[in-house]
Amino acid sequence: MVPLSLYMLVGALLFAIGIIGVLIRRDAIVIFMCIELMLSAVGITLVAASRYYHGMDGVVMAFMAMTVAASEAAIGLAIFVLLHRTYKGVRVDEINLLKG
Amino acid sequence: MILHWLVFLVAALFSVFSALMMITRRNPIHSALWLIGNFISVAVLYLLLHREFIAIAQVLIYAGAIMMLVVFTIMLISVEETKKVSLLRFGAGTVIGVVLTVLFLGFLLSGIIGGGVAGVPGELTPERIKEVGPFRVVGLMLMGEYLLPFELASVVLLVGIIGAVILAKKER
Amino acid sequence: MVQYVWLIPFFPALGFLINGLLSRWLNLRKGFVAWVACSALGLSFLVSLLVFFDLLGLPPEARVSISDKVLFDWIVSGDLRVTFGYKVDPLSVVMALVVTGVSFLIHVYSVGYMHDDPGFTRYFAYLNLFVFMMLNLVLANNFLLMFLGWEGVGLCSYLLIGFWFDRDPPANAGLKAFVVNRVGDFGFLIGLFLIYTLLGSLNFDEVFSKADNLTTAQATLITLMLFIGATGKSAQLPLYVWLPDAMEGPTPVSSLIHAATMVTAGVYMVARCHVLYELAPLSMAVVATVGALTAIFAASMALVQVDFKRILAYSTISQLGYMFLGVGVGAYSAGIFHLMTHAFFKALLFLAAGSVMHALSGELDIRKMGGLREKMPVTFWTFLLAALAIAGIPGFSGFFSKDEILWNAFSSPKGHWVLWLIGLITASMTAFYMFRLCFMAFFGSFRGGHELWHHAHESPRIMTVPMVVLAVLSVIGGYVGIPHVLGGHNYFHEFLEPVFGQAPKGEVSHTLAKLAWAAEGEGPIQGEAALELLLMAVSVAAALLGIFIAWNLYLKRPEVPERLKERYPNAYKVLWNKYYVDEIYGALFVKGTQRFGTMLWHEFDEAVVDRTVNLIAWLMKAMGTLLRPVQTGFVRDYLLGILIGTIIVMLFLL
Repeated sequence: MVPLSLYMLVGALLFAIGIIGVLIRRDAIVIFMCIELMLSAVGITLVAASRYYHGMDGVVMAFMAMTVAASEAAIGLAIFVLLHRTYKGVRVDEINLLKG
Repeated sequence: MILHWLVFLVAALFSVFSALMMITRRNPIHSALWLIGNFISVAVLYLLLHREFIAIAQVLIYAGAIMMLVVFTIMLISVEETKKVSLLRFGAGTVIGVVLTVLFLGFLLSGIIGGGVAGVPGELTPERIKEVGPFRVVGLMLMGEYLLPFELASVVLLVGIIGAVILAKKER
Repeated sequence: MVQYVWLIPFFPALGFLINGLLSRWLNLRKGFVAWVACSALGLSFLVSLLVFFDLLGLPPEARVSISDKVLFDWIVSGDLRVTFGYKVDPLSVVMALVVTGVSFLIHVYSVGYMHDDPGFTRYFAYLNLFVFMMLNLVLANNFLLMFLGWEGVGLCSYLLIGFWFDRDPPANAGLKAFVVNRVGDFGFLIGLFLIYTLLGSLNFDEVFSKADNLTTAQATLITLMLFIGATGKSAQLPLYVWLPDAMEGPTPVSSLIHAATMVTAGVYMVARCHVLYELAPLSMAVVATVGALTAIFAASMALVQVDFKRILAYSTISQLGYMFLGVGVGAYSAGIFHLMTHAFFKALLFLAAGSVMHALSGELDIRKMGGLREKMPVTFWTFLLAALAIAGIPGFSGFFSKDEILWNAFSSPKGHWVLWLIGLITASMTAFYMFRLCFMAFFGSFRGGHELWHHAHESPRIMTVPMVVLAVLSVIGGYVGIPHVLGGHNYFHEFLEPVFGQAPKGEVSHTLAKLAWAAEGEGPIQGEAALELLLMAVSVAAALLGIFIAWNLYLKRPEVPERLKERYPNAYKVLWNKYYVDEIYGALFVKGTQRFGTMLWHEFDEAVVDRTVNLIAWLMKAMGTLLRPVQTGFVRDYLLGILIGTIIVMLFLL
C-alpha cells in the first residue's frame, strides 16, 4: 500500500510547479494551463485522502473542482480570444489597463 | 504488490516530469501536449487508488474537453514566437515569487511528512465499495449528500456556456 | 367639572393644530379659520367658567386642596418625576378666566383687524398656540411645566412680534424680545436648578410644603433668580427694553400679549411662589423696589412719547411695576387684582389704538391726530372709560386695585412710605400722560391732513363690540374688590385668601406705628381706617391733578409744551431718547458679544475645526495616493499578492 503521504507529496509538488509556472510565463494561455495543473494537483490530494479515509467525499469534491475548471476554461479562453482582437497575442506583461 | 509500487513510481515521476516540461517549453502546443501527458498520469494514479470514476472523469474532462479547448485557442491566437523574444519574465517579482513558492512547498512538505494527519475514517472501505459498486457509490453521494453542490455545479456550467457564447460573439 | 380642567388648554392647542397644520393642505377659508380660533377660545373660557363655579360651590378651605389633574408622566428620570399636571385653586382659576376671557375678545377683534392681511391663518395659529402656552403656565402644578409655558409664550411673542418678518423693524424687534427674555430665563432656570437640588422636587405642593427647610440665604438666592426671569418676561428694570420695540407687531398682539397676559406671567409667578418669597424678606424688598422704580421710570418716558402705542407700552411697563410693588410688599391678592383690572383696561386701550390705526391707515403719531371723537365715537368713549380706569378715578376698576396696592405699600409690614410716595407720583404721571394722549388724539383739531380726515371712519362692529365689552369690564370689574373701608366687601381678596393665607394681624408697618400716635384717640384699628381713607383721597387728588395739568397743557394752552421743551432741552432730550438705555446696552453688552462671536468664528471655527476636517480629508487622499501603486494592472503581480497572503496565513496557522 502506497502511503498517503507520498500521494500528497506528488500533489504538493505538482501544485508548486504550477505556481512557479504561473509566475514565470508570459503568455496568458500557458499561465492558464498552469492553473489547470494546480487544480489537478489538488484533485490528487483529495482523492488520495478519500481512499485513506474510506470515504467518497474527496472524489465528489475533486469532481466539483473539475466541473468548475471546465466552466472556467470556457469563459477564460473566450476572454483570451477577445483580448487577442486588441492585443494580437495575449501577453500578460503588456496588459495593465486596470492600473490603479 | 510490487507492481503496484512500480506503476505508482512511474506514474508519479512522469507526472512531475511532464509538469516541469510543460512550464519550460517555448511552443505553447508543446506545453499543451505535456499537460495532457500530466493529466493522463494523474488518471493512472487515480486508478491505483481504486477511484475509477474520477479517473475516467479526469481523462474525459481535463485531458479531453479542457485541453481540446486550450489547443483550439492556441491555434486561434498564438503568435509566432521568434527566438529573440524571451519566453520568460524575470523581474524582482518573479524571484520573490519563486522563493516564496519554495517556502510554500516547504510548508506543505513539513505538514505532509512531519505532522500526523487527523480525521476519522469513514465507512466506505474498499470491500464495501466493491459491494455497492464503485460508480454507484459516487452516484449515491452525488444525489444524496452532495445534491446541492451538484445542482450548483450545473448552474455554474450553464453560466459558463452562456458567458462564453456572449463573450466570443462578434460585435454587430 | 374640575377633572375637565385640562380642556382649558386643550381647545387652543387643537385650534393651533387645525389652523397651523391643515391650512397648507386645505387652503382654508378665512371664515373657517376665524371660527376655529375663536370658538377654541370661547370653549376654553366656558370651561374656565364652569370650573370657577364648581370652585365656588366648595367651602373656602377645600378650594386649595383639590388634587391636581395629572394628564401623564412627562419626565421620569432617576429621582426626578415631572408630570403634565394642572392645579385647580382660586389663583389659577382667576388667571385662567382672565386669560381666556380677554383672549377670546381679542380673537374676535382680530378677525376684523387682520382681515386683509395675507398671513391671516398663520396669525390665528400663532395666537392659539400662545394662549395654549399661557394656560399651561398659569395652570401648571409644577415648575417645569410652568417653565414650558414660560418659554412657549416667549416663542409665540417672538413669532407674533416679528409677524411681518419681511420688514426689518419687526424682525429685529422680535429677535430683541426673544434674546432679552432669554437672559431673564437663564436666571429662572438657575432658580429651578436650585429648587430641585435643595428641595428634591419641582412640584408646587411638594416644594411649598418642604420650603421651611431652606435657609434664608438659600431662599433669597432662589427667589432672586426667579425674579430675574420675571424682570425679563414682565419687562421690569433692567430687562424692559424689548417691550417698546414689541409694538412693531400687530396691535391685537400688543393688546393680548404685551398688556394682558404674557407680561403678567412674572407677577403670577411671584404670587404663586409666595411661600418662597415669604422666607426671603430681602428678595421681597428687591421685588417691591424694582417694581416701584420701574413704575416711575417708565412713566417718565411716557411723558414725551409721540407714538400712540409706545405711550401705551411704557404705561404697561409702569403698571406692571405697580403689580410687582403689590406682591413685593406681601399684598398678593392686590397685585393679582391689579393684574386683572389692568388686563381689562390696557387691552382695551390697545384695541382702541388699533381702531385708530385702522381708521387712519396706520398712522401712529399723535401729533398728526386730533378731534377723532367726532369720527369715531365708540372708540372714543371706550378709550375714555379705560383712561379713567387707569388713572384711578373712583368708581372705575383701576381705582380699587391701584389704591389697594398703594395702601399696602404704605401699611404692610414689608412696605415703606417711600415706596408709597413713588407710587403716588407715578399715579399722577400716569393720569397725566394718559389724558395727554386722550386729548391730543381725540380732542382739538385734526392735524394730519385733509385726505386722512376724509377717510377716517369708525371701525366695524366686529372690532367695536369686544371693545365695548372690555369697557364695561373696566368700569365694573373693580366692584369685586371694594375695600372694607368704603363699606364694601372685598370678594376678590376673600376668594384668593385660602391661597395666600391670612396676613398676620398683629403686625403693623413701622410707618404705621410711627403715625399711630397721630390717630385721634380711637384705637389703632380705627386710626388705620381713617389713614386709609386719607391716603385714598390723596391719590385721587394726585390723579385729578394729573388730568388737570394735561387739560391745561394740551387743550387750553397748547403752546406751553413747546415752551417747556425750549426751556429744559436737556431734560427733554434724555426723556425723548429713553435715557439712552438702548445705546448703553448696545455698547456694554451687544457689541462685546458680537465681537466675541466673530472672534470665535475666525479663531476657532475656521482655524481649528475647518482645518481638522480638511486634514482628515487630506489624510484619506494621501493614503490613497500611497496605496495606489499596489494596483499595477498586471495580473501576475496580483497572483504574487495572493501567494504572499497565503504564506502569511500559513504562518499564523503554524
